[in-house]
Amino acid sequence: MSDEPRDEGFDDLLDAIADGEGFYVECANGHGSLPPRLACPQCGSQDLSEEPLPDSGEISTYTVVTVPTPQFEEDAPYVTAVVDFGPVSITGQVRGVDPEDVETGQVVGIGVGETVTREERLLVFEPR
Amino acid sequence: MSDPRVAGVGLTHFGKHPERTGRAMFAEAGLAALDDAGIDPDDVEALFYGNFMGELAEHQGHQAPLMAEAVGLDVPATRYESACASSGAAIRDAVFRLRSGEADVVLVGGSERMTNIGTAAATDALSIAADDLYEIRAGMTFPGAYALMARAYFEEYGGSTEDLAEIAVKNHEHALPNEYAQMQQAITAEDALDAPTIADPLGLYDSCPITDGATAAVLVSEEYAADHDLDTSVAVTGTGQGGDKMALHDRQYFARTPATEDAADEAYDDAGIGPDSVDFLEVHDCFTIAEVLALEGLGLYEPGEAIGAASRGETTREGDLPVNLSGGLKAKGHPVGATGVAQLISITKLLEERHPRAEDVEGATTALAHNAGGTVASATVHVLQEVEQ
Ligand SMILES: [Zn+2]
Repeated sequence: MSDEPRDEGFDDLLDAIADGEGFYVECANGHGSLPPRLACPQCGSQDLSEEPLPDSGEISTYTVVTVPTPQFEEDAPYVTAVVDFGPVSITGQVRGVDPEDVETGQVVGIGVGETVTREERLLVFEPR
Repeated sequence: MSDPRVAGVGLTHFGKHPERTGRAMFAEAGLAALDDAGIDPDDVEALFYGNFMGELAEHQGHQAPLMAEAVGLDVPATRYESACASSGAAIRDAVFRLRSGEADVVLVGGSERMTNIGTAAATDALSIAADDLYEIRAGMTFPGAYALMARAYFEEYGGSTEDLAEIAVKNHEHALPNEYAQMQQAITAEDALDAPTIADPLGLYDSCPITDGATAAVLVSEEYAADHDLDTSVAVTGTGQGGDKMALHDRQYFARTPATEDAADEAYDDAGIGPDSVDFLEVHDCFTIAEVLALEGLGLYEPGEAIGAASRGETTREGDLPVNLSGGLKAKGHPVGATGVAQLISITKLLEERHPRAEDVEGATTALAHNAGGTVASATVHVLQEVEQ
């Protein structure tokens, strides 16, 4: 992985989340988005700043994936969820809870984990 | 402004044909369309070609010139890639070219070879219609994305996997006499409900299969059809396209598809009709829940109402609004880049009463083709109508 070029913005966000300093991009009109951004995807504003990501969010929707792509072969079954942090929503995997016990509305925190199959970084959610 | 006519259509069998190259399949479909149109191939002025995963499945980019050549045409050719809506987008630009008067005869179509790379690689290839950084790297598969939408729908409006099963049963039943369909076999709701889960709450029978196939249609200007005395009674009278944020988590809704709503509004307006005029339609049912979202996005049902449409019999071939008489993507199959034109072909044959399900829509004059890409970050809608020759 160290030989791979970084993905500017995305890898910066994962580093920040791993350090407990997650952020999101906010425009002058208060729209949230995920980096890298030069313009707000909602309104086109180029007046952007990085704001602290709320440290917990609620599961909006989720699925238990049993048929994965090859890069998640040994990870399956796993839970992919969209979590609403208020200004932004983020997709990641729910860990630290039995897939059977995942529910919409559950409050989770965000962190950076590794996939089982290829030891690649990914965003993970754990119940708070 | 004149409405382009569908002069001829052609397609290959949809199914598992791993040995067939994209170019061979498109040649078969394209030549069949030219033959059906009965025009001089020298009159064709351009190819509008849809393909999604050619780089991954065939190590082949820049496919459009290859496909024109395969049909024996020496014309400018452009490939359209909008994930599963690739050939819907191709139709739209073909319509504009004809309407503008820049061309009188064009070939539009698509081809996709998928089964040669196996299920795991095809699942991976399909997933790239999503956002790589923020969705795929979190393990989101194509079925997984629609599963997220299905759960959001159930939570917001109600409905169940039993309702979804009835959609699968309907589309399989519709495909029974369709000799081009991948799955000409009836299933029961129990079959669907007992099938293995792919991405909860969606199971194997909620998903379209992985399909090889190609489609093509000759579209001509109204003037060309008249000058050449062509036997064309179907016109594309409306076109619309909508877009949305790429990643599901960046959308305002998880259980609605604004891109379809926008495409439909534009297409209805363009054709000068409303949803009430639609007699039957082909919608993009890559998953059973997608048919529900499409019917609501097209304004044919209120949000939350279409989930029970198949169960109530409204969208079956005996119902008031038959949906996916071809079998849909679910049973007919989904060679991704060929699907948009496949819908146009089914509708043309139904309106011209040369489709095995034509008797179910006798007297119908107006139909919709709805083609969607990814989790509906792209959508096209076309209105096809029977017109005076
Ligand atoms: Zn903004």
